[in-house]
Amino acid sequence: MFEAVLLTVITAATPLLIAAVGELVVERSGVLNLGVEGMMIMGAVIGFAVANQTGSGSLGVVAAVVAGMAMSALFAFLVLFLVANQVATGLALTILGIGLSGMIGEAFIGVPGLDLPQLYIPVLSEIPFIGPVFFQQDALVYLSFALVAVVAYCLFRTRLGLVLRAVGDNHGSAHALGYSVLKVRFMAILFGGACAGLAGAYLSLAYTPQWVENMTAGRGWIALALVVFSSWLPLRVVVGAYLFGAVSVLNLHAQALEFDIPSQLLSSLPYLATIGVLVLISANRRLTLVNTPACLGKPFVPDR
Amino acid sequence: MGDSVAETTLPEVDEHPVQQDRSEKDTLLDARGLTKRFGDILANDRVDLIINKGEIHALLGENGAGKSTLVKMFYGSLEPDDGEILWGDRKVTIGNPAAARELGIGMVFQHFSLFEALNVVENIALALPNPGNMQDLAKRIETVSRDYGLPLNPDDIVADLPVGIRQRIEIVRCLLQEPRLIIMDEPTSVLTPQEADQLFLTLQRLAKEGCAVLYISHRLEEVKRICHHATILRHGQVVRECDPTLETPASLASMMVGADVAAVSAGEQAPEIGETRLALQGLNAKAATPFATALNNISLELRAGEVVAIAGVAGNGQGELFDAISGEMPAAASMIHLDGRPCGNKNINWRRKQNAAFVPEERLGHGAVPGMKLSQNIVLTRHGTGDKLVGAGFVSNAEASVLEKRIKQAFDVRMSHDDPEARSLSGGNLQKFVVGRELDRNPGILVVNQPTWGVDAGAAALIRQALIDLARSGSAVLVISQDLDEIFEIADRIAVISRGFLSEAEPATDMTRERVGLLMAGGAETQGEVA
Repeated sequence: MFEAVLLTVITAATPLLIAAVGELVVERSGVLNLGVEGMMIMGAVIGFAVANQTGSGSLGVVAAVVAGMAMSALFAFLVLFLVANQVATGLALTILGIGLSGMIGEAFIGVPGLDLPQLYIPVLSEIPFIGPVFFQQDALVYLSFALVAVVAYCLFRTRLGLVLRAVGDNHGSAHALGYSVLKVRFMAILFGGACAGLAGAYLSLAYTPQWVENMTAGRGWIALALVVFSSWLPLRVVVGAYLFGAVSVLNLHAQALEFDIPSQLLSSLPYLATIGVLVLISANRRLTLVNTPACLGKPFVPDR
Repeated sequence: MGDSVAETTLPEVDEHPVQQDRSEKDTLLDARGLTKRFGDILANDRVDLIINKGEIHALLGENGAGKSTLVKMFYGSLEPDDGEILWGDRKVTIGNPAAARELGIGMVFQHFSLFEALNVVENIALALPNPGNMQDLAKRIETVSRDYGLPLNPDDIVADLPVGIRQRIEIVRCLLQEPRLIIMDEPTSVLTPQEADQLFLTLQRLAKEGCAVLYISHRLEEVKRICHHATILRHGQVVRECDPTLETPASLASMMVGADVAAVSAGEQAPEIGETRLALQGLNAKAATPFATALNNISLELRAGEVVAIAGVAGNGQGELFDAISGEMPAAASMIHLDGRPCGNKNINWRRKQNAAFVPEERLGHGAVPGMKLSQNIVLTRHGTGDKLVGAGFVSNAEASVLEKRIKQAFDVRMSHDDPEARSLSGGNLQKFVVGRELDRNPGILVVNQPTWGVDAGAAALIRQALIDLARSGSAVLVISQDLDEIFEIADRIAVISRGFLSEAEPATDMTRERVGLLMAGGAETQGEVA
């Protein structure tokens, strides 16, 4: 029983983790992209469609990543080069993504999906309990952890990450020192788009291998909240994503066990948990302030 | 800051640098006919400038004279429209700051270009083309900074550091690039006199080692003291070159302005002191954010007829003190009294109706709404104080525009057309407006934070004279300022704020710069604790 719960927690947490890590990089560069939900659902529909047409799950994943990047490139063009309002553009991107995906996905409703190949690590996966939980997952679960590790390393141990943080902290100074603020932000936004697309692919190819309209069901927004929740620290995103995954799965199991609690209250648990943890986190204001990208959401227009 | 208290006997700064014959020296940078145009405005008009090796070269001029534009072209942030730059004897195009750094040109910015969320090493690494391993860099920073008498701890987060230390980071960052020319934009505006002396020693050492310094400053005393040569810009053109050691601050100022600057006169020597109008009694306030300063048991009595000045290095609680006095930050009622009435918990409008007036530090965004017309900005601060600006809930535009014209005339606010938006005024003109707006009311109590920050000599003299005149007419004036010249020019009594502690206000005639400097560096704190 516990093993089964843990397995479902992992599948619930993975898409949140991938999307949130991508958005974390975007926000560290000083851009607020509220279009995660839209990019994610486009990844889901395109990933499913391509996998279905070609019969290859991997191709579907690649296509989802490209779709997420295409959406984010549109966002980047609007906010970086036309200096459009980031909040409005992000919201528009979400609405666009949900509408567009519904249209593209119409032909795929009810079509059975194909499973992503599971990646069983030999020997280790034979260990009871630990084996199934840690070493019998699909490739994207491993990828999500690799992604966090790479992002954390790059952000705090490499020059690339230093420049990214510098741009997010004070774009005027970064510009004065000769760094290209727009280029750094453009790359970060593309990375965020790729991650959101990948998270979408996980939903339609691994989590529930089928296309259902509006299937992201607010996960993009939760990913956004997780970034704030983590105070922009990658390792905390893991904690947040799994905590959130656990609470949402718990809700299903609790309903199955027929506790005497209204199901509406149980369904709202993940959101209540988010609010609770956000309150706890913001108690340490100094840490939050130092890690919050000071230029978050501010448009950058170079000097004349 | 704290550590400099012990070092009261700093080595003497070489007061009168020997003037070299410029023609015999090696030319480092030779700018010929540099021109830069922004729209209709000619920011730099055929500027010629020669900087020699080992020379501390002052660049002087009023706000908007084109100093920043010129140095930005040297640092690669702007490209000249016309003219050429010779580096050594080679013609160079400086396309971006990285190219400038490669040539050996470093810059210390006026508004620091530091990243607050990053630590010292990271900040410095960002400016170096090949910073290498962070641990090695940290060691180099420690060595070099100690060697030049500007010690730094590489692991400190910039947000936690006071401004004086932040400037050190900028300078050390320049030094590590092994520069041949360092451009400094108003470096001493944030330093205590002792810290400034330390900076001058560093600059003189650099000059001896052959590095050139291009030094921009509004403080003509220090230009005279440390610079070998001065170039003066007015309206984008070079109007004079001179040897500042042979000039007086007044003669330098008149070269900048192009006319004699009226000296501020304190009027009658012994002002008539009346009853207490503003009293602070044990004012305490917690820091509102992690980067703000807490106020600790501040007491002060401001009496009618006098100007009291509060000196201090930026970020020591001036903003918080101003907010408490003006009512933007609530306090306990008994901590602040206006004309004997407790008002610590009253709002700013209540206090204005008690005949008090307030001018905050930041003129654009705090003192005035950028996108609103001047007349509308007048309504914002004066709607409650009996100018008939608001009747039955309606704003009287006619009354507001009468006031706007009166202030414009009395304070010589220059504008391109009548009643423009606040943001379209230059810094100096807007400052004259925000100060003038309150002075025009003839308030009984005036509290002003940084009355002449970043304002040119002519406008500054006008504002200071107006403050003195207000006090002599029987009002109480409290000035919070970082400019010691200004403070000694206008204050009857001087107090010093340091880390949220205020020293006792002492008669200006008994104060010396050295004493103020020591109080700034933490002396005010210990005095406050004793009291």
